[in-house]
Amino acid sequence: MAIVETHNLSFDYIRRDDEGNVTGFTRAVNDVNLSVEKGQFIAILGGNGSGKSTLAKHINAILYPTEGYVLVDGKRTSEADHIWDIRQKAGMVFQNPDNQIIGSIVEEDVGFGPENMGIPTKEIWERVEEALKTLGMWEYRKHSPMRLSGGQKQRVAIAGVVAMHPQCIIMDEPTAMLDPSGRKDVIRAARALNDVEGVTIILITHYMEEVIYADKVFVMGKGEVRMSGTPREIFSRIDELEELRLDVPQVTRLAHELKLRGMTMLPDGILTEEELVDAICRSYSIM
Amino acid sequence: MIRDITLGQYYQTESRIHRLDPRVKLVGTMIFLISLFISQNVLCYVAATIYLICIICLSKVPFGYIVRGMKAIAVIMMITVIFNLFLTAGEPLVTFWRFTITYQGLKNAIYTAVRLTYLILGSTLMTLTTTPNDLTDGMERGLGFLKIFKLPVHEIAMMMSIALRFIPILLEETDKIMKAQQARGADFESGGMIRRAKAMVPLLVPLFVSAFRRANDLALAMESRCYHGGEGRTKMKPLEYKPWDIRAYIILACYLAIVILLAILDIRITV
Amino acid sequence: MSIILDHVNYIYSRGTSDEVKALDDISFEIKDGDFIGLIGHTGSGKSTLVQHLDGLLKATSGHIYYNGEDIYDKGYNLKSLRSKVGLVFQYPEHQLFEEDVFKDVCFGPKNIGLTEGEAEIAAYQALKAVKLPEELFYVSPFDLSGGQKRRVAIAGVLAMEPEVLVLDEPTAGLDPEGRDEILGLVKQLHDEEGITIILVSHSMEDVADYVHHIIVMDKGRIHMNGTPKEVFWHASDLERIGLAAPRVTYIMRKLKQAGYNVDTTATTLSEAADSVLGAVRL
Repeated sequence: MAIVETHNLSFDYIRRDDEGNVTGFTRAVNDVNLSVEKGQFIAILGGNGSGKSTLAKHINAILYPTEGYVLVDGKRTSEADHIWDIRQKAGMVFQNPDNQIIGSIVEEDVGFGPENMGIPTKEIWERVEEALKTLGMWEYRKHSPMRLSGGQKQRVAIAGVVAMHPQCIIMDEPTAMLDPSGRKDVIRAARALNDVEGVTIILITHYMEEVIYADKVFVMGKGEVRMSGTPREIFSRIDELEELRLDVPQVTRLAHELKLRGMTMLPDGILTEEELVDAICRSYSIM
Repeated sequence: MIRDITLGQYYQTESRIHRLDPRVKLVGTMIFLISLFISQNVLCYVAATIYLICIICLSKVPFGYIVRGMKAIAVIMMITVIFNLFLTAGEPLVTFWRFTITYQGLKNAIYTAVRLTYLILGSTLMTLTTTPNDLTDGMERGLGFLKIFKLPVHEIAMMMSIALRFIPILLEETDKIMKAQQARGADFESGGMIRRAKAMVPLLVPLFVSAFRRANDLALAMESRCYHGGEGRTKMKPLEYKPWDIRAYIILACYLAIVILLAILDIRITV
Repeated sequence: MSIILDHVNYIYSRGTSDEVKALDDISFEIKDGDFIGLIGHTGSGKSTLVQHLDGLLKATSGHIYYNGEDIYDKGYNLKSLRSKVGLVFQYPEHQLFEEDVFKDVCFGPKNIGLTEGEAEIAAYQALKAVKLPEELFYVSPFDLSGGQKRRVAIAGVLAMEPEVLVLDEPTAGLDPEGRDEILGLVKQLHDEEGITIILVSHSMEDVADYVHHIIVMDKGRIHMNGTPKEVFWHASDLERIGLAAPRVTYIMRKLKQAGYNVDTTATTLSEAADSVLGAVRL
């Protein structure tokens, strides 16, 4: 069953001059149709300005479509009655961890969502404990977020969403401001939530290494979905990706280069080092 | 330098003071401030000093950490002391060139310095031992009666707690912006008043732009976590008085009574 | 031009309980025309180190010599040092403030005492050097895209005509094409304008393709110092301090284990491809 669906979704940003008069519209998302099944790990790729973040904000009912509509668990996001229900079902993690942590102690921040939902005190504590343990941040529950690393802060932010018991988590470039080890932490956490807890994950990113394990990838450019498929299918279309300001993992690029230069028996869209080494061993003997 | 400001910050540790109900701490701080203003003689200050030392010891916050926060107000302190020292009329004590220090001036200067120091120490201690969330809850409950006058108590308390959380972030950012502009040859230290004020523009513009962006981001993040004001909100840490809170109230009442008594006693003696 | 660091130590919050030794006995030399990659994970001291190079932070002990002069000498002109050693910080948002791009880029040159006219010429040349389209010269810097802002930030420092350009994480948050554009620009500044470059990064792949020399930092110390090949040869050592060699280095090793006679010191994609093609029977 689809947890998130968009139907002919379009969104215009209103441009204003200094006096606040409307001077025109900029189309940020144009006629997007996509459907995400429960339990999937979805990646949305796109360069800067491709409209991927605008799309994400629609799923959480922060933005409303100019045209078309978005369904979360069968409910329209544009209907005011559903808004809190939708925000609870489809939680959102943002790019900058400093700007989304509200509490000054880790556990208080994680409890913020459940408090807003009106959950009884005892249950809030249970949810906070469960969420922090799932994200491996339980031992930091009494810490000030200021003293945590970027990756840890981002895991606290994810725990804050997990404590609301969402069915789906949208992560809007959660790794863009992190260093490589923080990035790995966050992606590992996202995959674990998907594998173990069965939470649907929609990961928005421009780091290609992060989407290798996704069930399905949508590639956006200029507000439209330009490509979709499994990571393997997407990564075998290097030239198209480059047009969309994107890249492929270094392994995939090496395989592509080798293929262009004569090793034609290599398959397309190689994703990992092992695959490449195996493929070479299988098809080419030692000179 | 900017890292040194501890005003408004929370210091994480386990202590009797940390565990007290925030309402007790709010009332306690109020009582302490009142006691400072009615203090008229040395005895009152002795009582205040003992009280403060006890609280600091109980709070387990390192003394050095508390004192570091005082650096930030050193300038204000200097100015008040100097004004009091030179501009109070009375019996001359020392005279040099055009300046005269009077006995009353010296007394006033010392009292003001002590009063200001204690005032800051007392309020710093409250924020050091109370998380902004607790503080917010305490204010919300403690000032709840103001709702009758249509005051948005919850919203004000929430704003205050967020402001406290963002102080260190914005201070750090100020430091970074200063360095980025200094790397482009900006000079924040030399020149007269007007030049210095003008030199602040390259610092303040990026800081404001960033603060607005952060505010916007935070509002989105709060909304996406179902924040919709105080209505229908439950509490993760509901406020309930425990036996120690009652005892603390009694101790506070005793302290206030002693200070008032000492102050009255003083008036009697002088009369 | 040369910069020499001689036993530089730096301690944060000295004398308090959170005392941290951010730099621990750092000594090395930067020569004219170098292209250096400064690598380390967050908190390794790399940002602290670069802030010493133009005197924004003062070492707790040790000396830094710029062209043979000790920058800690009394009366040393730090402002002129800052124009010679240009430091571009990670977030352009931290320095853009003027109402239009051109004025913003003029800020640096005016601060170091250039006249209005000279500053404008310097700003124009700097904006040309970073290849910002001319129609963007008079728009507000806040209306630019992430990549464009970064160009303007670099131009703001270039306009002071530095001999050394230090870039702290210049590609953070940019998409792959934005990243390639900025790194390409930096390479061009090195090759064509002859500016000495120090590139601070935590991405090995970014750095391997461009730099001639890598300094690896860990816990405030210099952990390794050598050419990319020398440094990446110690891949497992790098992993221990939370870093890694470029992916191709690992592939080469695996192929070598499988019996292929490939060059395990290959660090860039083209080197690796050449080496593989030479080692297999087509």
